[in-house]
Amino acid sequence: MNLTWMAWTLPTAIFFITILVLLCGMAVWEYASPGGNPRVGVLRFETTRGDRLFVSLLGSAFIHLAWLGLVGPSLWWALALSVVYAVGVFRYV
Amino acid sequence: MEKTWNNKAWFMVLPVLLLVAFSAVIPLMTVVNYSVQDTFGNNVFFWNGSDWYTEILESERFWLSMVRNLIFSATILAIEIPLGIFIALNMPKKGWGVPVCLVLMALPLLIPWNVVGTIWQVFGRIDIGLLGYTLSSLGFDYNYVNDPTDAWVTVILMDVWHWTSLVVLLCYAGLVSIPDAFYQAAKIDGASRWAVFRYIQLPKMNRVLLIAVLLRFMDSFMIYTEPFVVTGGGPGNSTTFLSIDLVKIAIGQFDLGPAAAMSIIYFLIILLLSWVFYTVMTNVDAER
Repeated sequence: MNLTWMAWTLPTAIFFITILVLLCGMAVWEYASPGGNPRVGVLRFETTRGDRLFVSLLGSAFIHLAWLGLVGPSLWWALALSVVYAVGVFRYV
Repeated sequence: MEKTWNNKAWFMVLPVLLLVAFSAVIPLMTVVNYSVQDTFGNNVFFWNGSDWYTEILESERFWLSMVRNLIFSATILAIEIPLGIFIALNMPKKGWGVPVCLVLMALPLLIPWNVVGTIWQVFGRIDIGLLGYTLSSLGFDYNYVNDPTDAWVTVILMDVWHWTSLVVLLCYAGLVSIPDAFYQAAKIDGASRWAVFRYIQLPKMNRVLLIAVLLRFMDSFMIYTEPFVVTGGGPGNSTTFLSIDLVKIAIGQFDLGPAAAMSIIYFLIILLLSWVFYTVMTNVDAER
């Protein structure tokens, strides 16, 4: 199958593979512990672990955009900040 | 009684998964790939890193489109929501007037967006359009082709004409669901018309109003066809909203990299708003 029209690059492939691995990991987690672990956190409404992953990914995207716009093109610190943010979301949201 | 778990049902969602993959996920992946590269055609791409994102985030043009879009959304919400409530409050609650009003209200919603744009493009023309010709005859210096203010007024009027009906129908649905007992109790207490609205009708319309505000905000934030058909984003860039600007960059200038980066940023904003919409709605439901 010729996928050159999709203009793949190694970094974007790694990015999407990471997302896929995260989704597979969530599926395995759900299989091991069904029900999605719903709870009410700091946002004062019920979230499942799927919601928390979504909030983490969406928030990370905005952290990266804010970093690009306000700091500079090197995104390693933004990535580190996003990981900290995601851990916070999974712990407290 | 013990529940029977049958995971075979998951296979039923496979067709939808495939459909979404082909119609949304694969194109989105391609846009992400484009957003980090540059191309001059012939399917040849050059790595560009995050430069397009930086360029878009630092571009005055992008933020101006964003500001225009936000002003447009705020304006139409400020007009459509009170007007929709007012019309819904004054619609008949029983008798032959109900179906007539409902059909009249539903009519603008049934017209395709590009047709609405074409109708208003002709309607506003000063040589043959009813609105433009009448205003010119009355001595108003109206010309939506040359004047940015006139173009904005026309686009806003068009959106109000097209979408206030949606707010009306939602509010009307909220109003007819209020039991008569509430009105009878208010009458016994000698409540004024304003008190009935403030303490009975408005709280009961709360949920539908929330839906109306969020639907109209999201829809107006993504608006493309109607203003594009009427003004083409002009005069100058005065009615160039985010989606119009995006199409200009992608198809007009064939700058696929910046257009892809802008698409991703725009997509993330819409995704955030959709999530807020979904969360608010599901939590209002849970509270009820």
